[in-house]
Amino acid sequence: MTVGLFLTQALNGLQLGILLFLLAAGLTLVFGIMNFVNLAHGSLYMMGAYFAAAVFNATGSFVVAGLVGVPATMLLGIVVERVALTRLYARDHLDQVLATFGLILFFNELVRIIWGPASVYMNVPAALSGTVELFGLRYPSYRFAIIGVGLAVGLGLYLLIHRTRAGMLIRAGATHPEIVAALGVNIRRLNTLVFGLGAALAGLAGLMAGPIVSVQPGMGEPILILTLVVIVTGGIGSIRGAFYGALIVGVVDTIGRAFLPTLLREFLERSLAQAAGPAIASMLIYVLMAVVLAIRPQGLFPVRHG
Amino acid sequence: MQFIRIVLAAALAGAACGVAAQTPIKIGFMAELSGPQGALGQDQYDAFMLVVDQNGGKLGGVPVQVLKEDSQLKPEVATQIVDKLIEKEKVPIITGITFSNVMMAVHKKITEKEVFLIGSNSGPAPIAGAQCSAYSFITSWQNDSQAEVVGKYATDKGYKRVIGMAPNYQAGKDFVAGFKRFFKGEVIDEIYTPLNQPDFSAELAQVAAKNPDAIYVFYPGGLGVNFVRQYKQAGLAGKVPLLSTSTTDGSTLPAQKEDALGVISGTFWGPDFNNPVSLKFVDDFERKHNRIPSQYAAQSYDAALLLDSAIGKVKGNVADKKAFMAALKAADFKSLRGNFKFNNNGFPIQDLYVFEVAKDAKGRVSLKTISAPLKDHQDAYHTQCALK
Amino acid sequence: MTRPMPVPEAGAGGDAPRASAPRRKVTASKLVGGVLLVGLALVPVISALIEQPYYVTLFTRMVIFALAALGLNLILGYGALVSFGHALYIGLGAYAVGILSFHGVGSGWAHLGVALAVGGVVAVVLGLICLRTSGMAFIMITLAFAQMFYFLAFTLKQYGGDDGLTIAARSDFGLFTLASNTTLYYFAFALLVVCLVAFHRLVHARFGMVLRGCRANERRMAALGFPTLRYKLTAYVISALVCVIAGVLLANLTKFAAPSYMSWQGSGDLIVMIVLGGMGTLIGPVAGAVGLLVLEEFLSAWTDHWMIVLGPMIVLIVLTAKRGIYGYLADRDARRATEAGTGA
Repeated sequence: MTVGLFLTQALNGLQLGILLFLLAAGLTLVFGIMNFVNLAHGSLYMMGAYFAAAVFNATGSFVVAGLVGVPATMLLGIVVERVALTRLYARDHLDQVLATFGLILFFNELVRIIWGPASVYMNVPAALSGTVELFGLRYPSYRFAIIGVGLAVGLGLYLLIHRTRAGMLIRAGATHPEIVAALGVNIRRLNTLVFGLGAALAGLAGLMAGPIVSVQPGMGEPILILTLVVIVTGGIGSIRGAFYGALIVGVVDTIGRAFLPTLLREFLERSLAQAAGPAIASMLIYVLMAVVLAIRPQGLFPVRHG
Repeated sequence: MQFIRIVLAAALAGAACGVAAQTPIKIGFMAELSGPQGALGQDQYDAFMLVVDQNGGKLGGVPVQVLKEDSQLKPEVATQIVDKLIEKEKVPIITGITFSNVMMAVHKKITEKEVFLIGSNSGPAPIAGAQCSAYSFITSWQNDSQAEVVGKYATDKGYKRVIGMAPNYQAGKDFVAGFKRFFKGEVIDEIYTPLNQPDFSAELAQVAAKNPDAIYVFYPGGLGVNFVRQYKQAGLAGKVPLLSTSTTDGSTLPAQKEDALGVISGTFWGPDFNNPVSLKFVDDFERKHNRIPSQYAAQSYDAALLLDSAIGKVKGNVADKKAFMAALKAADFKSLRGNFKFNNNGFPIQDLYVFEVAKDAKGRVSLKTISAPLKDHQDAYHTQCALK
Repeated sequence: MTRPMPVPEAGAGGDAPRASAPRRKVTASKLVGGVLLVGLALVPVISALIEQPYYVTLFTRMVIFALAALGLNLILGYGALVSFGHALYIGLGAYAVGILSFHGVGSGWAHLGVALAVGGVVAVVLGLICLRTSGMAFIMITLAFAQMFYFLAFTLKQYGGDDGLTIAARSDFGLFTLASNTTLYYFAFALLVVCLVAFHRLVHARFGMVLRGCRANERRMAALGFPTLRYKLTAYVISALVCVIAGVLLANLTKFAAPSYMSWQGSGDLIVMIVLGGMGTLIGPVAGAVGLLVLEEFLSAWTDHWMIVLGPMIVLIVLTAKRGIYGYLADRDARRATEAGTGA
C-alpha cells in the first residue's frame, strides 16, 4: 500500500464527495427553507444526465451538452415545482414524501419510454480523456476536472449565499421563513429561485457524472439516499453542512471500499472479504449518520439560529 | 359461387384444425432487458425472434407465442416471473436467462416442474455438475470455458504475473477459476467488485500500483463499457495488456469504440466466421437491427434453431416430454459455430477461439479471430453430473 | 346496539331527502371494509372456479403486505412515528426461515419462534436508539438501521449474499404444512384477521389512547404522568413483530429470502400503501395494500409502461384525498353522521 495509491483513493473520495455536494446543496436548501422533503431530487439528477447524454450524442460536444442540459434541468425543476409541488408546502412531510415518490415512478418510466430501458452512454470529452501527473502517479484528468468544477461551484455558492442580497434572503428564509414573508418578500418567487437553483445543481451533477456512471432509469435513487444521509449528517438547511458532510461521506465510502477488503483478507477468505469489504464500507456511512443523529440530532454543522 | 367459397373456406379451416394442435406453443423468454446489462438480453431476444419471424411466427412448423419478460438482474423478480409463466401461462419451454445469479435462482424451479429450460447464455458450474437436469439444455457455454481459452492463450504468450478481476458473483468466480485452470503462470491477485458498482477507479489504482504482465477481466454489458473506458482513462491501455471474456463484444463495442482496440477475448464464435449459417445470420441481423450481432445473439439464434429442429421432430407435441427431450438432445441442426453436440450435462462440446478487437472490412470496431487454442472442448464439470 | 332514530330538524343542512330515511348502520366505509374482507376470504374459492390457481399466490402476496402495512400503521398512523425502515423486520422474518431451512430445520414453529425472538430483540434495541429522536431525524435514523442490515445481508455469502437464498421447502407446522398454496393463503389471511381484531382492541383501549395522545401532544402526556417512551417502544416492538410475521409468510410464499426484502424502497412501499389506503384507520392499510397491488397487476397487464400512470395517480391522490381513499370514506361517513345526528 503506497502513498501514491492512498492519494489516488483520497482523490477518488474527494471526487465522489464533490458530486454528492452538488446534489446535497440543492436538497438541503429546499428542505431548510421550504421545509419540503423532495425525494424527486434524484430524478432531476437523472434527467440532467439524460439531457446531457442526448445532446452530447447528437452534437458530439460536451460544452454544448452542458449549456443545454443544465438550464433544461433547471427549467424542468421549475415547471414541476409550479405544477405539482406548490400545493404541498403546507402539507406534512409524509404527504410530501408520498407525492415526490410518485414523481420518481413517473420520471423513471418516462426515461424508459423515451430512451429505452438499457443504458445510454456518454463519452468523456476528448480534451479531458488523458491523465494528469500528480506526485508520480497518474490520475484521470476528467475526474480531476470534476473536483475543480465542484470546488468552483462551491465557492460560487458561498459568494452567492453570503455576499448577495438574494443569498441574504435565502439565509433568512432558512432560519425564519415566516418573518421573511412578513417583511414583504415575495416568498413564492424565492421558493422558485431556490428550487430552480437546486435543480440546476442536480443537472450539473448529472452532466458530470454521465461519462463515468451508467445513465439508466433509476440511477437517481442510490444517489438520493446518499444525499439524504449527507444532509442529515451535515445539518439540514446548511450549505456548509452539505459541503463537509458530502466530503466525509465520499471519502469514507471510497477509502472503505478500497482498503477494507485488503484489511479483511487477513481474517476472512478472499471472496468473502471482497463481498464484506464494500458492504461494510457502505454500512460505515449509515453507522456514522446514526451516531451523529443519536448524539447531535441537528447535524454536524447546523444552521445557526438567532 | 358464394356458397361454394364459404364451403371451401370452412373445409380448409376444418382441415387446418385437424392437421396438428394449432394452438400456439407458448415459450417464455426471460432475460435482462433493463439497465447496463440490457444490451445482452436485447441481443438474445432479437436473435431469437429473427428465427421465429423468418419462419412466419413458427418453430418446427408450429406457431409459437413468445412471452417476453424482464428479470431486471434481480433473482427475486426472476423467481416471481417464472412462477407466473409456469402457473398462469402454463408454458412448456422457457428460454433466455442472461445472468448466472438469476440462473441459480430459477434453474431448479423450472426443471423440477418438468418445464424445458433452453438457456442461451449463463452456464454456472453447479448446473453443469452436481445440479444438472435432463430438462436443461444450454446453447452457449459453461462459464469457465470462455475463460479457459484465454488462460491457455496467456500461457502461450508467456505471461508470468496476471491479476484477475470480475464482479463478485457466481459467474465472476467461475471465470477467474477457469482462467486459472489453464494459465500456468501466477495470478498475483484476484479482485472482485460488487455486481452493481459501475466505478472502478479504486481498483484500477491498485492494478496500476502492482504493474502485472497482463490483467484478465470479466465485465459483461454496461460494466464492460465502463471498465474499458476507465481503463483507457487511467492510462493503463497499451501499458498492461487487457485479456477478457464477455467484456468487449457486440453488446459493448458500439459504446467503447476505439477505447477497446487491442483487447483480447475468448469465446466460441465471432462475427467474422465463414460458415454459411453464420454468414446468413450476421447478414440478416445487421440488415434488420443495424448493428453487428454479439455472441449473445448468436447463442440465442442457435437456441431458436435447436427448438425449431426439436419441435419439428415431435410435430409440435411438446407435451410428450420424453420424445421432446430426446429430440432436443439430438441437436439435429446446423449451428453457426460449426459442430454442435450436447454433452451428458446438457452443455455443448465445442471449439473455442481467441479474438482481438480490431477494425473490420467496413472500418467498424469489431472482433477478429486470431487463434483456436481449444478444440472439441468439454467443460470441467460434466463428470460430476450423474446423467449419461 | 341500536341507535334511536334521529328527529329530523327543520333545516338540517342539505341532506333533506336523507333525513327522512332511517339512519344507516352500515356506512360506506364499513361497507367497503366488509366487502374487502369477505372478498379476500373467498379468493381461493373463486380462483378454483375459474381455474386460475395463479390468483391464489397473487392474493397471498397482497395479504402478506396488508399484514405488514397494518403493523407499521400502528406507529405511523396512530403514533405519528414515520419509520422508513420497517422492511428490515420483513427481511429478518424471511431470513429466519431461510437460514433455519438452510441448516435443515423445517419446523414452522421453529421458524416463527426464532423469527419473533430475534425480531423482538432487534426491535427493542433499535427502538431505544431511534426513539431518542423525532421528526425527520427519526425517519432518517430508522432508514439508516434498515440500510445497515441490508448491507449486512450482502456479506452473508454462505446464505446467498446479494443473490439471495433459495428455500427448499415451506414451513411444516406438524398438524399442517404450508406446502399447498391454498393452505398458505388461509394461514396468512387468518393471521391478518387475528391482527385486525387484536389491533382494534388495542387501539380502543388505554394503550391506543396514550399512543394517540403522544401523537397530539407528547409533553402534555408526560406531564400527566405517562411513561411515554415505554408506550412508544411497546408500540414500535409490536409493529415490528407483525412485520416479522409477514416476512416469515413472504419467505414461504416465494421460497426465497433476499436482501432486497429489506431495501428502503420496500419500506417506502409500505408507507405508500398506508397513506393511500388511509392512515389512522385500521382497515385503511389493508385496503391500500390490496388496492396498490391489484392496480399494479392489472395496469401491468394492460401496458408495459404502467408506472407512468401510477406515478401521477399517487400524486393526484395525495393532492386531493387528504387521508387516503379509505380515510376519505371514513371521514365522509363521520361528517354525514354528525350532520344527520344534529338534533339527537
